[in-house]
Amino acid sequence: MADTKTVVERPLSPHLQIYALSWTMVMSIMHRITGSALYFGTVIIALWLVAASYSQSSFDLAQMVMGSIIGQLVLLGYTWALFHHMLGGIRHLIWDTSAGLEPDARRALAKYSLFGSIALTVIVWTATFYIRSR
Amino acid sequence: MVELTLPKNSRMVAGKTWPKPMGNDGQPATMLKEFRIYRWNPDDGKNPSVDTYFVNREDCGPMILDGINWIKSKIDSTLTFRRSCREGICGSCSMNIDGTNTLACTKGMDEVDGIIKIYPLPHLPVIKDLVPDLSRFYAQHASIEPWLQTATPAPEKEWKQSKEDREKLDGLYECILCACCSASCPSYWWNGEKYLGPAVLLQAYRWLIDSRDEETGARLDNLEDPFRLYRCHTIMNCANTCPKGLNPAKAIAEIKKMMVSRQF
Repeated sequence: MADTKTVVERPLSPHLQIYALSWTMVMSIMHRITGSALYFGTVIIALWLVAASYSQSSFDLAQMVMGSIIGQLVLLGYTWALFHHMLGGIRHLIWDTSAGLEPDARRALAKYSLFGSIALTVIVWTATFYIRSR
Repeated sequence: MVELTLPKNSRMVAGKTWPKPMGNDGQPATMLKEFRIYRWNPDDGKNPSVDTYFVNREDCGPMILDGINWIKSKIDSTLTFRRSCREGICGSCSMNIDGTNTLACTKGMDEVDGIIKIYPLPHLPVIKDLVPDLSRFYAQHASIEPWLQTATPAPEKEWKQSKEDREKLDGLYECILCACCSASCPSYWWNGEKYLGPAVLLQAYRWLIDSRDEETGARLDNLEDPFRLYRCHTIMNCANTCPKGLNPAKAIAEIKKMMVSRQF
């Protein structure tokens, strides 16, 4: 009888472990992460509204939690995630028209969504503190 | 499915460091380039490993392919990889070099700072060393029926095309199906059994935009699918990695536009 060949279990070649990062790839990953983070941010807003509609004391509690340092940091992160995801959405909208897909343009668009989101976050928070301090 | 880590049998272990070569004068060679190369042998039942080699650059051509050919002929004849034309037109020597997929024959050793790390094309079953199994990739290419399809009777001579229409194929016909782009695409890594991937979609667009082809509608119908076409999330690794400088992401965006515009 002929030898029967044993089935070789082939390994999967390495992927994420070895692949070089690029601006567009990292911004795509960030778009996913910020998108998921927005769910939690929306829950925070919803809880805040629920607290406001429930009673004075629950609203005071919500205000206190959000006003704490950790609360402020979470809100800062939420603001940034919102802007990053929004700019990412605009980037994808541009790409969907098949514009901005050339090497320099696509890299620039990816960079803009990172720097733009940081800039917008800083602007919004600075403006808020400025208005409140007056 | 998204699986960020490698399965158990695919995890890489430390490999062998091969001795540094002697120069042509019998003294230890001085112009050395260090290579770290993925190895897997189907016959020994071991996990993949990464071997270290030193290439004597005084005795070797300038490209990465020259380097691995030199290793195969001078140090370790068991090192296995595909190669043929050595001038970037056959697409055989596609592999992951220095973190991105490219052709070993068109990538210079000088283009890589420091150690040259080489792996097979990512997220594919490995046949041996740097040779991945591309059967699924070829089957997907066949599935888009990559040939001219017409209903009208064939003309006496050739199918004619205006200069302007012929120009629409520029940036598409140059694809050599090396699979660098598809193997660079995270969407293709996670959903490769259903998503066609950048190379095959670029080929699909090459026939969609061909003025002589008369099956555009049927071709679009075949692609209208949540996975086959729409798993492209514009990550852009395909366009970043293509060794021929083509832009599969743009071809995919054009197909998506055709999908919308044909509804009006």
